[in-house]
Amino acid sequence: MTFTDISRRGFLATGTAALALGPTALRAQAGPKRGGAIRIGHSGGATSDTIDPATYAAGPVVTAMLGGVCNNLVEIDAEGRAAPELAESFEPDAEARVWTFKLRDVAFSNGARLTAADVIASFNHHRGEDTKSGAKGLLDQVADIRADGERVVVFELTAGNADFPFVAADYHFVIMPDDGSGRIDWQAGIGTGGYTLEEHEPGVRIRLKRRDDYWKEDRAWFDEVTLLTINDPTARQNALVTGEVDIINGVPPKTVHLLGRRPGLSLVEVTGTAHYPFPMHCDTAPFDDVNVRLALKHAIDRQEMLDKVLKGHGSLGNDHPIAPGNRFHAADLEQRAYDPDRAKYHLKQAGLDSLDVSLSTSDAAFAGAVDAAVLFQESAGRAGIRVNVDRKPADGYWSNVWLKDSFAMSYWNGRPTEDWMFSLVYADGAEWNESRWSNPRFNELLVAARAELDEGLRAEMYHEMQALCRDDGGSIIPMFANYIDGKNDRIAHGEVASNRFLDGWKVVERWWAV
Amino acid sequence: MHPLLRMTMQRLALGLLTLFAISLFIFLAIELLPGDLTEEILGQSATPETVAAFRRELGLDQPAHLRYLDWLGGALMGDFGTSLANGREIGELLAARFGNTLFLAAYAAAISVPLALSLGLLAALYRGSWFDRFVNVATLSSISFPEYFVAYILLLFLSVKWGLFPSIADFGSGADLGTMLYRTFLPALTLVLVVTAHMMRMTRAAIINLLAQPYIEMARLKGASPARVILRHALPNALSPIINVVALNLAYLITGVVIVEVVFVFPGLGQLMVDSVAKRDIPVVQAACLIFAGIYILLNLAADLLAIATNPRLMHRK
Repeated sequence: MTFTDISRRGFLATGTAALALGPTALRAQAGPKRGGAIRIGHSGGATSDTIDPATYAAGPVVTAMLGGVCNNLVEIDAEGRAAPELAESFEPDAEARVWTFKLRDVAFSNGARLTAADVIASFNHHRGEDTKSGAKGLLDQVADIRADGERVVVFELTAGNADFPFVAADYHFVIMPDDGSGRIDWQAGIGTGGYTLEEHEPGVRIRLKRRDDYWKEDRAWFDEVTLLTINDPTARQNALVTGEVDIINGVPPKTVHLLGRRPGLSLVEVTGTAHYPFPMHCDTAPFDDVNVRLALKHAIDRQEMLDKVLKGHGSLGNDHPIAPGNRFHAADLEQRAYDPDRAKYHLKQAGLDSLDVSLSTSDAAFAGAVDAAVLFQESAGRAGIRVNVDRKPADGYWSNVWLKDSFAMSYWNGRPTEDWMFSLVYADGAEWNESRWSNPRFNELLVAARAELDEGLRAEMYHEMQALCRDDGGSIIPMFANYIDGKNDRIAHGEVASNRFLDGWKVVERWWAV
Repeated sequence: MHPLLRMTMQRLALGLLTLFAISLFIFLAIELLPGDLTEEILGQSATPETVAAFRRELGLDQPAHLRYLDWLGGALMGDFGTSLANGREIGELLAARFGNTLFLAAYAAAISVPLALSLGLLAALYRGSWFDRFVNVATLSSISFPEYFVAYILLLFLSVKWGLFPSIADFGSGADLGTMLYRTFLPALTLVLVVTAHMMRMTRAAIINLLAQPYIEMARLKGASPARVILRHALPNALSPIINVVALNLAYLITGVVIVEVVFVFPGLGQLMVDSVAKRDIPVVQAACLIFAGIYILLNLAADLLAIATNPRLMHRK
């Protein structure tokens, strides 16, 4: 599918078109207004769902809790910046090591006022020996959290981090009330957000009702929101087409053109940070030779993969994990293209005539992963590289195959900041360094850029790091996927954030009914 | 003691033994699956420390036999425990969904059983006619398509194109009977199409088999009408196999409808079971399996009792 095709169908934003048109072109005409009971068809729910922020999964629960029932200290706005939410303001010290958050005077839905103790309890839920939180690693950098009076919280980090406010916007770190003993009572489902949790039947439905006394005046427009778990993509689309629901997430690229054609419906599409790396273990032969890695990077036909696996609903990757929507994306870095001759040249440099590798894959990595692996097999074959596609069971893929096999497909939703993405997956010694890559210059820059408060200098450093990833790193990153959501004409919205689907998971709070 | 009563008691006792064996078997099977609940829930973001803390909290760090005995002890006292994944009471999780599943099964059975029996009788009566052939071809075609295909075809025409019925069957809490019947019509119809053929064919075959018997010929020679021959003379003797196949299909309607649940977004037991297996939530899987197994046992028992009741010869077997 070509670019003009997409724009002609009236997609709201796609790839660089979104950037070229700019925010004003995307803004809906009429201003937001209160009212309306809407239903959202949502993927990713299960009967095992919990509202415990330590273990909740990205699905209807997070859309309801992050975007409706609770607030964070910081939120990520449509331009991808960290904007104060429950924090009135946040200030770093000169080294970006001590961060001071001043809290707003707002009330939880049970009437209690927000204090520093609530914030500390909410963060401590993810720290310490006994936590089972999926976000524990994110707070390893926090040495101490302390209150400075009723409404000031001070985070002391082990080292400077200029992007710490983005961490506070993570979906795990919603603020819930302290139960008096320094713990949060997550079972109660109480927050400072624009809605109260009326009903939660795990894996079936979540019902939210608007609070009249919400502290944000220009948010939370719907009277009532019901999030229905509809995991089957066809059922989800049917529900939108038949008017059973007003909004759905995760429209599959394969059928998106059918949905866009229907009158009364429209698509909301943004290029997000989600990407599909093919990590190679840089400490294992043959991938320990950078020439072998470069040969493989040149042997993948990115355009074909984007066209066939994502049907064009995405953008090309350049072997680094920084998405076009990220602040410090190196747009001027030359786009790597399919070049079998170049691949052969690098093989020769590595002293090889041909190469046999085994690529572990499974649809658990992402929908279409097996297709992508087979496409890679074809394009690499023309460069004299034989790729054996080793299909693994979807069940247990993340615990038994990923990080263990020396060449296995992976998936990342991406992260809002360069530092976060690099620290999580590309830093030396990181738990999830899936390519076991260790580049001294990269690691030195990573630490320096993290504590640097000068934006210009940071941009330079991140530029160099993206180039290092691309030319030395162990991951092939062929493409970034778009987030595609669907809605009917009852629903309107402003500029859409690109950090997650459904407007950065904030659909409940940001969109409105017309 | 009445022989029927004694048989019922024996079968129920055997049933309990079967349930025990099933619970042990299910437990072992889930233990054999790779990964446990903590790894499945934390997924890509699992680290050794968080997995260990999670296991400590849930007692999953205990050896398997201790966990099984612990569960068994609770189950014998009627306490099936709480879901490991979200800490909810299993009784509470299961109750609404089991009700939904039973409602849908009853709805589908109320249509399909009379339909299948009358079609089977008519097909036997007009054997070889165009009607017989048409009914055979139609029901066999509908059973030959995969369930989700039948479901999608019904959705496409009755919901998306003509807008007669809703595409989502979930009727929420506190809906009245009319809404419930309207909302669940498409899944019920899908199930009807899937189970009718089996029962219809069995009815037809059983009746046709009997129609060749001398006593039927005798009835005809006496001048009994075809309807009377079939209803009074043939049907009572054909009931036993028909009851068995009806019982099997009823059990299927309760235990095998997960695909229909997914397509029509209906919160029944099947989806609960699939989600719980995927997350290795053993107590929930155990409880759901025991319900399914219990239903099979009870329906089979009911089928045998009814078969004996309709055929007294079986009670005096030597």
